[in-house]
Order: sequence, then structure tokens, then C-alpha cells
Amino acid sequence: MSADLVVDFAFTSHNQELARQIIGKYPPGRQASAVIPLLMLAQRQHGGWLPQAALDHVAGILGMPPIRVYEVATFYTMFKLKPVGRHHIEVCTNIACWLRGSEQILAACKDKLGIAPGETTADGLFTLSEAECLGACVNAPMVQIGVDYFEDLSVEAIGAIIDALRAGESPRPGSQIGRKSSEPITGLTSLGGDGANSAPTQSGAH
Amino acid sequence: MLRDQDRIFTNIYGLNDTSLGGARSRGDWDGTHGLIAKGRDWIVDEVRKSGLRGRGGAGFGTGMKWSFMPKTPGDRPHYLVVNADEGEPGTCKDREILRHEPHKLIEGTLLAGVGMGAHACYIYVRGEFYREAEALQRAIDEAYAEGLIGVNACGTGWSYDVYVHLGAGAYVCGEETALIESLEGKKGQPRLKPPFPANVGLYGCPTTVNNVETIAVVPTILRRSGDWFANLGKPRNTGTKLFNISGHVNAPCTVEEEMGIPLKELIERHAGGVIGGWDNLLAIIPGGSSVPVLPKSICDSVCMDFDSLVAVKSGLGTAAVIVMDKSADVVRAITRLSRFYKHESCGQCTPCREGTGWMWRVMERLCDGRARIEEIDILEQVTKEVEGHTICALGDAAAWPIQGLIRHFRPELERRIHASAQAAGREAA
Repeated sequence: MSADLVVDFAFTSHNQELARQIIGKYPPGRQASAVIPLLMLAQRQHGGWLPQAALDHVAGILGMPPIRVYEVATFYTMFKLKPVGRHHIEVCTNIACWLRGSEQILAACKDKLGIAPGETTADGLFTLSEAECLGACVNAPMVQIGVDYFEDLSVEAIGAIIDALRAGESPRPGSQIGRKSSEPITGLTSLGGDGANSAPTQSGAH
Repeated sequence: MLRDQDRIFTNIYGLNDTSLGGARSRGDWDGTHGLIAKGRDWIVDEVRKSGLRGRGGAGFGTGMKWSFMPKTPGDRPHYLVVNADEGEPGTCKDREILRHEPHKLIEGTLLAGVGMGAHACYIYVRGEFYREAEALQRAIDEAYAEGLIGVNACGTGWSYDVYVHLGAGAYVCGEETALIESLEGKKGQPRLKPPFPANVGLYGCPTTVNNVETIAVVPTILRRSGDWFANLGKPRNTGTKLFNISGHVNAPCTVEEEMGIPLKELIERHAGGVIGGWDNLLAIIPGGSSVPVLPKSICDSVCMDFDSLVAVKSGLGTAAVIVMDKSADVVRAITRLSRFYKHESCGQCTPCREGTGWMWRVMERLCDGRARIEEIDILEQVTKEVEGHTICALGDAAAWPIQGLIRHFRPELERRIHASAQAAGREAA
């Protein structure tokens, strides 16, 4: 955190109002409960990362010793304590995504961006990271970019998403192979689908 | 197989309207007032009768858990906390409830809240599920606007507030006392028990922490009766369950099925079968990353319920079925999980903090065969030194996948060591 000691931070008036609403979710005297949401609000306001001034600002609002806020900021992986690119691509490489080819997705990101995980492109547009399980395992492989999930990826699909972001466009999140969500791609097997209440599918030799 | 009329999550894929109007057309919030009027004891008894066991992994009796809350309210408020910190690798069922069936969850929190004397509920959603939390908040706003929750919930005179709280990325916060710590604004480090949350939980008040799916099935159980739920599945393993089938199958999916369905039938009926056919199956992790892996020979006949899977030294866990066909490197897969647990250890207990890193480093060497044969036994011994010697179950969760690997794939570990030694010998010669 040494590089950013000079950075000033204060919530915008809009975010001050949001912070007030968030603190109101918790009983009187329990405002420390708001530390994670307020740090997240600060991080969004400050371009995706938290300078020490933001931690101190949140500590002041909540009446917490700054060290307690530092503990929280360093414990949770979503808090970033150094600058990140405008688009932070987090590639899940845990088991379900790995079995479906996350290594190729990560390699495609490296090739396309010319950076390794943990690095940011020179133009400040992209940061690349490896992520632990993001909880979209039947839509593997997948990446999170900002607050959106891009699922059912192929090397071509992630390439197109990066191209679109680079061109300033907003690629469509969710399944990239046309699934609504987590239904079987081959058709519904329950809830009134053609395959519902019928014999099991035969899948090769038994 | 489960009939559609016995499915609880009729919009799990979000193919239909997820708003309050759509939810009502599927039966949510129907006669909630009357269910509440039957009283706190009736609610807890009916859930106990249903045999519902917690859907977050541990499988503890839900009615029993609720009954631990103080019977008469004292000066401390009671809290319901919903665990939506879904992060067990392989698991993605609660996500679908949050974004596609939020009203089942919200109605469930109200009924459960009445059942345990709580007037407030916090739903702790993992931070990465930002869009899911948005969908949930929209549904909560609808429920407030219609008077379903709030000062006079469903016109019953019961005041009930529901709040969404987003986490910030820490697997260990799925452990209930770590989740409470995190909700109080601290690092998510598990607490020693006792005292249990039912006595000293959130803000030092009586608290019950339940999984999303556990709470979301409660309204249907109360409407259709505990007996209806108990008649599905098997004794002690009742009801329906959301399964996530990922990995090497032709059609990975989430599906609600009856507890006790044979694993093979589950995969072939709903997930399009194993890639290359059942005979191309190598191994399956049947309940999320923490439970021991099973070889094909067991997968051929095992059923998907708590007791059947314990009988084969694995577990139902979160019912996240991770399938590996013969192209998979099962040693590398388990090593990836070891790396995960090392990353997620909160650092509080020495056996877990030091043990997870140690186990991961040995697993990395075993992957390439850069080890001695006796190190397999040493590794197994270390897993047993970690297991059961930590405050929370993360240490156990790190130990079990390795134990399963050694139990069923020891010859493969030895083969790699011999192959590596032979290659080294050739180089030396």
C-alpha cells in the first residue's frame, strides 16, 4: 500500500447516501457489520481497488480502529489493494472448470492480452487473474469480468469477448452457447420437457 | 424417477417469469397467512416430520436444529441467517434459487423465522454473486411492497425483515460461525463451539444458520405436509434434492431429483451420460470437492443419499456430482483441490494452516512421481493428523479428497513414482 499514501479518498454524496442506507440494515451499535459492503462501495467508486485512504475513510465512518478494517481488506480476496485494469478477467481454474478446459481458456487470455495472471496490460484496460470456484460449475468453463459471469466458454468465445471489450462494447454475459441457465443443452429432462418422465438417455456402450 | 408434480423448484432454470406475479402463479405465497396461524410449534413439528436434513453439506436434521432455539423469547432478539455463500467446488444450486426462485427462499425465511421466533433474517450471499443478489433484492422489494414481509407480514401481525448481505470472497465463510463473524464485520475465522449459535450467535443472540435450499423447500413442505416430503426418497434420506452434474458428461446441468436416485441413473437420465459412455468413466466426486472420490466400480451401483454414500466412505455433501472420464488425470484433479484448500485455509489452526500447504506440496510431487513410495503412507498419516484437529471442518475437507485418492488410486500413485524413477535411472545411465 506504500505507493498510494498520497491518494485522498471520500465517498461521493451519492455513495454517502448509499452507505447510510447500508448501515441502516444492521442494529444500532452494530455498524461494523457494514464494513464489507462499504469497502466494496469504495472499491467501485475508486476504479476497482482500495487505496489506504479508502480503508481509513471507511474506518472513520464506522467508528472502527483502522487495523480492524485492514484485517478485513486483506482477508477477503475480492478486495484489491493495488490498481487493476478497467476489465478484470478472473478465470476459474478449479476442478469443474479445469475438467472442461479452463487451461485453454486461461492460455487464450494470456495470448490475447500478452500478460500473465496477476498482471495488467500496459494500456490499463485488462487485468488477468486465476480464480477459485465461482459457483457456476455446470456452465464450465467460465470467467467473471467485473460483476458478470461469462459461461460455457470456448477459446473462440473468450477471444470474441476480449475483442468486444477492447472495442468498447458490452458483450452479453451468461451462457455463450445459447443456454438460458443450467438446463441440459440437449433439451429438458424435467419440468415438462420432451425428455421428461421418459427412459434414460442411452449414451454409448454399457 | 421424480414426477414433475412432486418437484418443488418448478422454475429452477428461469424459463418462466421470476417476479412475484410469476412466483404466485406457481403457488408461492399461497395461504402463507394460514400456515403462520398454525403456530411456531406446528411449523417446527411439520419440518421435523418431513425428515428434512440440511442441504448445505452436513445433513443435520433441520427441525431438530430449529428446536435448539430458546422456546421463549428473552431480552435478546432471535436471528435467522441464510447461508448463500455457495463456494464448494462443483456446487451451483443455490445460485439458481437466488436468481430464479427467490420468492421460495423469502417465503421460507418468513416461515422459518416464525418457527424459531425470529423477526429478522440476513441472507449472506457470496460477493461474486452480485447479479444473483440483485435478483434477490428485487424480489425482497416486491415482497415488502405487497406486505408479505415487513411490519405486518402477510397480515399476521408478525413483523419480519429480510436483508441481503454480500460477502467478499472467502470459502471459509460458508462455515456457519465464520459466516457470523464475517456478518459482524470481521475476518471470517470460525468460532470454537460451544457455545453454539442457537445460544450465542449473531451479535451474541440466538441464531440459526441454514442453507438456501434448506429454507427454500420449507414453504412447499408446510403446504403439502411433512408426510408428503417424507414419502419421497428413503427413510432418513427423505425428499427431493437439487443435483449439479459437472465435468465429463454430455450435458452438464442442474436438476431436482428424488433422494436416493442411483448415481448412474442420475447421470444418464439428466446429464446425457458420461462422455464416451458409462464404460469410459474413471471416477466421480459425488458431493462437492470435500467428499472422497469414488472409482467407477462403486459408481456403478451407489445411490445418491446421505447414508448410502457414507456407507462407501464418501458423502452426499452438497450433491455436486463431478464426473471424470478416462481422459482425466485424477491425481492432478485432487492436487488442484489441495491447492484450493491451501488457498482457503483461514490460518487460525496450525494443523490446517501448515497441513494444507504441506499436503499440497506433496501432492504436486506425486503428480509427477517425484516422490518415494513410503511418502504415500506418510501423506495419508498427515491427513489423519489434520482431520478432526481443527476448529472447523475445512481441515477435514482438505484431508478427505486425498484419503479417497489413496484408498482407490494407490496403484496409479505408485506407477508414477516407478515411472519417474525409471526415467531418472535412464538419464543417469
